[in-house]
Amino acid sequence: MIKKKRGKLGKIKGFSIQFLPFSEIRDLDSTGRIKKILNIVLGNNILILQGRLKAEEEARLIGDTMAMIGHVKGFKGIELAVISGNGNNPGSFFNKMRQNLANSLAKGDLGAVTIIGAATIVKDIKKNPKKIELLLNR
Amino acid sequence: MAIKIFRNFFRGIFSGLFRGKRDVKLGFYGPPNSGKTSLANRICKDFTGEEMGTVSKVPHETRNVQFKEKVEISYKGKKMTFKMVDTPGIATKIDYEDFLKYKVKKKDAKIRAKEATQGIVESIKWLDDMDVVVIVLDATENPYNQVNITIIGNLVARKIPILIVANKIDLKKSNIKQVESAFPEYDVVGISAKYGKNIEEFYESIFKLSKKI
Repeated sequence: MIKKKRGKLGKIKGFSIQFLPFSEIRDLDSTGRIKKILNIVLGNNILILQGRLKAEEEARLIGDTMAMIGHVKGFKGIELAVISGNGNNPGSFFNKMRQNLANSLAKGDLGAVTIIGAATIVKDIKKNPKKIELLLNR
Repeated sequence: MAIKIFRNFFRGIFSGLFRGKRDVKLGFYGPPNSGKTSLANRICKDFTGEEMGTVSKVPHETRNVQFKEKVEISYKGKKMTFKMVDTPGIATKIDYEDFLKYKVKKKDAKIRAKEATQGIVESIKWLDDMDVVVIVLDATENPYNQVNITIIGNLVARKIPILIVANKIDLKKSNIKQVESAFPEYDVVGISAKYGKNIEEFYESIFKLSKKI
């Protein structure tokens, strides 16, 4: 799956997909998590993160990447999608409680997967409850 | 010790008295071109006779957070005063070339893109400062967009009451059921901000929601 890539954003000949286990970011604070993610994404990688960020961290990631547009050459933002085992419907109260307990023990939602890529590589991520499509820029 | 107890007691009474009097900060959030400003304009026009901002087919028309103070909404004999806050649409990417498709000049497109990125940062900052939020979604688009989920997640974390509006129901392609199934835990009201369709149900939901704060 790994192809040759060029360092400069904007002119992509290839890209690589990098998997990041949640254990790599579990003990980092929000700043550290975002820094780690951005380092991977800005290196022309599509990041597949085990688990998901907190809602505040997702918003901060969007804010930080917006602030980078115009300052990092060729950078136009990111594409981001979270696939959760339960979709957006956590089910019954009991299921929700059980899920919250499991998440707090694991210090994160390990049933989810987050996909993040620079908008220069990932054109669009189309998502519905049954499938996820990654459309790449040529 | 006694002074401290007295001070806290009076502070509690006074803050309780004034909490009921202040205007409710009503925020409009959502992705670009979903109709946030159209809906804010519809409300302002109905109750103040003035519009709040300009609307356009070109995305990111609203690039600064806009306010309208003292908007008194009345519904079935009840009245509530709101401070309306219309925010720029939140997106994860901005490319000035996208604006060229709408015949915007290259120089203007670059300025628009720069302002749009700043507007998104501003929108995110304002999430902390709302009492009630209306999330305006385009009912003709896929609701499973991560931006929608991120906005809702942030509001839930801050315990801010949410109403989801599925806008543009006047269009054939609109699909309220899809919006409802994407967010089964929230009230979804289908409206057409442009034509005022189902706006009464929207006002009813806003009153219900504002009681939760």
